[in-house]
Formats: sequence, structure tokens, C-alpha cells
Amino acid sequence: MKKIEAIIKPFKLDDVKEALNELGIQGMTISEVKGYGRQKGHKEIYRGAEYIVDFIPKIKIEIVIEAKMVDQVVDKIRTSASTGKIGDGKIFVTPVEQAVRVRTGEKGMDAL
Amino acid sequence: MKLKFRMMFLTLTMIFAPASLAFAGDAAINSGDTAWMIVSTALVMMMTPAGLALFYGGMSRYKNLLNTVAMTFMAYCIASVLWVFIGYTLAFGPDVGGFIGSLEHIGMHGITVKSVTGTIPTYVFALFQMTFAGITVALILGSIVDRMKFSAWLLFTALWVIIIYCPIAHWVWGGGWLAQIGALDFAGGNVVHINAGVAGLVLSLMLGKRIGYGKETMFPSSIALTGLGAALLWFGWFGFNAGSQLAADGLAGSAFLTTNTSAAMGGIAWMFTEWYVTKKPTLLGIASGVVAGLVSITPASGFVDLQGALIIGLVAGVLGFNSVSKLKHKLGYDDSLDAFGVHGLCGVWGALATGIFANPSVNPNGTGLLYGNPKQLMIQAISILATAGFTAIGTWAVVCITRMIVGGLRVERDDEIAGLDNSQHGERAFEILIS
Repeated sequence: MKKIEAIIKPFKLDDVKEALNELGIQGMTISEVKGYGRQKGHKEIYRGAEYIVDFIPKIKIEIVIEAKMVDQVVDKIRTSASTGKIGDGKIFVTPVEQAVRVRTGEKGMDAL
Repeated sequence: MKLKFRMMFLTLTMIFAPASLAFAGDAAINSGDTAWMIVSTALVMMMTPAGLALFYGGMSRYKNLLNTVAMTFMAYCIASVLWVFIGYTLAFGPDVGGFIGSLEHIGMHGITVKSVTGTIPTYVFALFQMTFAGITVALILGSIVDRMKFSAWLLFTALWVIIIYCPIAHWVWGGGWLAQIGALDFAGGNVVHINAGVAGLVLSLMLGKRIGYGKETMFPSSIALTGLGAALLWFGWFGFNAGSQLAADGLAGSAFLTTNTSAAMGGIAWMFTEWYVTKKPTLLGIASGVVAGLVSITPASGFVDLQGALIIGLVAGVLGFNSVSKLKHKLGYDDSLDAFGVHGLCGVWGALATGIFANPSVNPNGTGLLYGNPKQLMIQAISILATAGFTAIGTWAVVCITRMIVGGLRVERDDEIAGLDNSQHGERAFEILIS
């Protein structure tokens, strides 16, 4: 099993969700996060006082999938989340040791 | 048909009846003037706990919004009670040496439902003036939000109304020495705006800067609230300026015209200045410009014509922007919401402009530089210096007394960082769930 964490632009969430549904991905967890990379922040000015806003709002999607699907899913997220402009986000893949469904106690792939 | 005429007749009698009754009872009371002044009083009242509270509250940080609103409310409450008890007589009681009113009307003593000031009941006049005392002291808090102890603010408010506001109101409007030398201040450029602006500057210098000022980001909690607050101030200002004629007549209409024009010009001028200098036209800038235009036209509203109002508003917008975005940073004081930058400096401009643009064909009581009376500009300068000097020294004294009695002016460091809503009031302005 692999976990995919994708940090994307908030307004791209619906596109990514639909694209993953097409692949048969049945669930995901998202959180509203803030951060910066190459995009950097922006400037706001209030009565001449300049404030740099470093951390830009993003959405983090977390999904756990079968290892053999990784390339396909990563590719799907990348194409659906891309706008071609700086600040589109990043995708990370990590191995997952175990998964347990709380209601039934099923383990491994059965729990996904 | 007959019935219709009878109804019309009845309606007409009902409309005119109060007026004729008033004339029968007391020849001096004019019901039209009285009705307008009661409305004006209510309009000016709204400027403090609604207009100013939102205007300032929206500019405060999210953790200090309620504290700002609470300070505004209490400024009005305290000023209201003190005014009817002692303030009115100090400002408008019989003159003592040109400096202060006597205590003859303490607790409104000797004033009854039959008392008349001009053409309106004295009660209405006293209440109208009360709303000015309330907003003046509330304006000061724009300089000191985010850091002052609530108890210190309450005591400061009470002392300041009596020791600073009442004498200056007496000098200008109560027949005191500035009125005697012919200083022109239609609705409170000196009494309200220069006075509050300078007091705010002194108080903010004595309090010191906010923790993190100039280093941390200090975002306004809601510019939308500030915009609404400015709109309510604008609305109330019609009572403030047109009401200061104390009558429902042509000059009140003229003051209304100049007031609205200057406000609109102020908003336009500030916006374009900001757009040119910092590349973005902000709503905060537009709202601030409107207020700057209103402040500047205040002393001039019943003296200048339309052309004068256009120029006064235009200069106010440019001056206001430069004072809050350039001058403040250059001099390094922390006038948090720019009470000095907007009210103090635009008030000074308005007072000088009155001496320049006062047109005797609008109001025979005022002739300015442009109409052949350069002396008026001198008198205006004297009135500005006298007001600023008195309020600077007096406010310093009031702050010293306050500090002694309540033991320090500022909240604890931890309380300031946590926010005054929580540390002073145990409340929060917003319930926002951050996921």
C-alpha cells in the first residue's frame, strides 16, 4: 500500500476529486493548509503599512491506495491539478505498513 | 369629494397644530427647528456607538475588536452622564473670564421644559451638544487601541471630558475667548477634531507602541465593517454639520451640500493618491478619504460655498493619505488607527481652509482671505495653536493622573499578546472553526 499526499490549489479540488473518481478511488481525506514554496507570498498594504503574506492557503489531499496504482493515480492528480502556473503544488508518495477499518477490523487492502 | 376635503383639512390642522400651540405657549420655540434638531441629535449619537465603533473595530486586529467597540460604547455612556451633570454647565453656563462656564446649571439646574436656546428647547440644545462631547472623546481611542487597560480608558474618558473638552467647547461655542476674537468653527474642527487628534497623539506617545509594531503583521479584522462604519459616520455627519446651524433653514441646507461634496471629494482624492503611490485603490483608503473629507469640512461647512467644499475635500484626501502612510512612519509613533493623522491634521487643514474660503454671501458671520479678510486666517491659526497647545498639555496631565490612580496605563504583556477581547472582557468577536 502507498499513501499519496498531494498539495494543490484550493479551487482545483473538485477537478482532482472527479479525476480520481474516474479511476475508482473511493475516498479521500482533505485538509486546509497553508504554506509556501517557489510561489512565495504576496503583499497587502493598509494605509501605507506593507505586510507580506508568506503562507498561502492550499488543500492537502491524502489517499491510500494499492501500490500498483501509484503511477496512474499520481499522473491523474498531476494533470487534473495543473494550471501551468507557479504554485500548482506537489505530490508525495510514501509506503504504508498497515490499514485497519475501525468498524469491522478488516486489515490491509480489505480495509481500503 | 366632500369627505376628501374634510380629511385634507383635518390633516392640515394636525400638521400645523403643534406649531401654533408652541407659538402660543412660548414665542421663541420654532417647531420646525426643534424637530430638525431632535433628528440631528439622534444622527450624531449614532456616529459614536455605531459609526465609530464599526469604523475603528474593523481596523482593530481580530483579537481586539470587541475591546475597541466596548471602549467606544463606554466613552459615549460616560460622556452622556457627565455632560448632563456637569459638562453642559461648564461649556454653556454663564461665561467666567472667557475660559469656562459657571456651575449655575449643574445637574441641569434651572433648566425646565420651557427653557429656550435660540429657537429650540434648551434640553434639545444640551443633548445635541452632549453627542459632540461623546464622539470627541471616543475619537481619541483610535490612537491607542490594542494596548490600553480598560479601567484606565474609563477614567481617562471621564477626566478628559471635564478637564479638556468642556473648556474648549466653551471657548469656541459657549461665548468664550475664541468666540470673542472671532474664530470660525461651524461644527467642531477645533473643538472636536483637532482636540481629539492631538489628545490621541499625546496618549499614544505616553502609552508607547504596540508589541511587535513595525515587525509583526497587524491585519485589520474586517475592512467590510470599517466601510460600513464610515458610511454610518457619513450619514450621521449630516446631523453633525447641518444640525450645527441649530435651525432648519437655508444655511443648514448649504452646510449639508458642502458636507456631502467634501466627503465625496475626499474619498476620490485619497483613492487616486493611493492608487498612484502604492498601485492599488483600497476600500480602507476610500473609507478613510471620505472621513478625511468630512473632518476637513466640519469647521467650514456653514461658511464656505460649493467651490470651497470641493477644494477642501480634495486637499483632505491627499493630505490624509500622506499623513498616515508617510508622516507616521517617518516620525515613528504608533497612532494605531490614525486618529491624529486623519482627525488632527485634516482638522487643522479644515480650520485654516475656513479662514481662506469663508464666503460672506453664504454666511455674513464669516469672511475669509479670498474675500478680502486676511486677518481671519491669522485668527484661525491662533485658534488652532491654542486648542492644540491646551489639549496637549491638558491631556498629558489627565494621563498622568489616570496612570497614578489605576496603576499603569497598559495591559500586561501576555494579555496584549493574547488579545484584549479575551484578557479584558472574556469574550471573542468571532467564532471561527479553523480546520
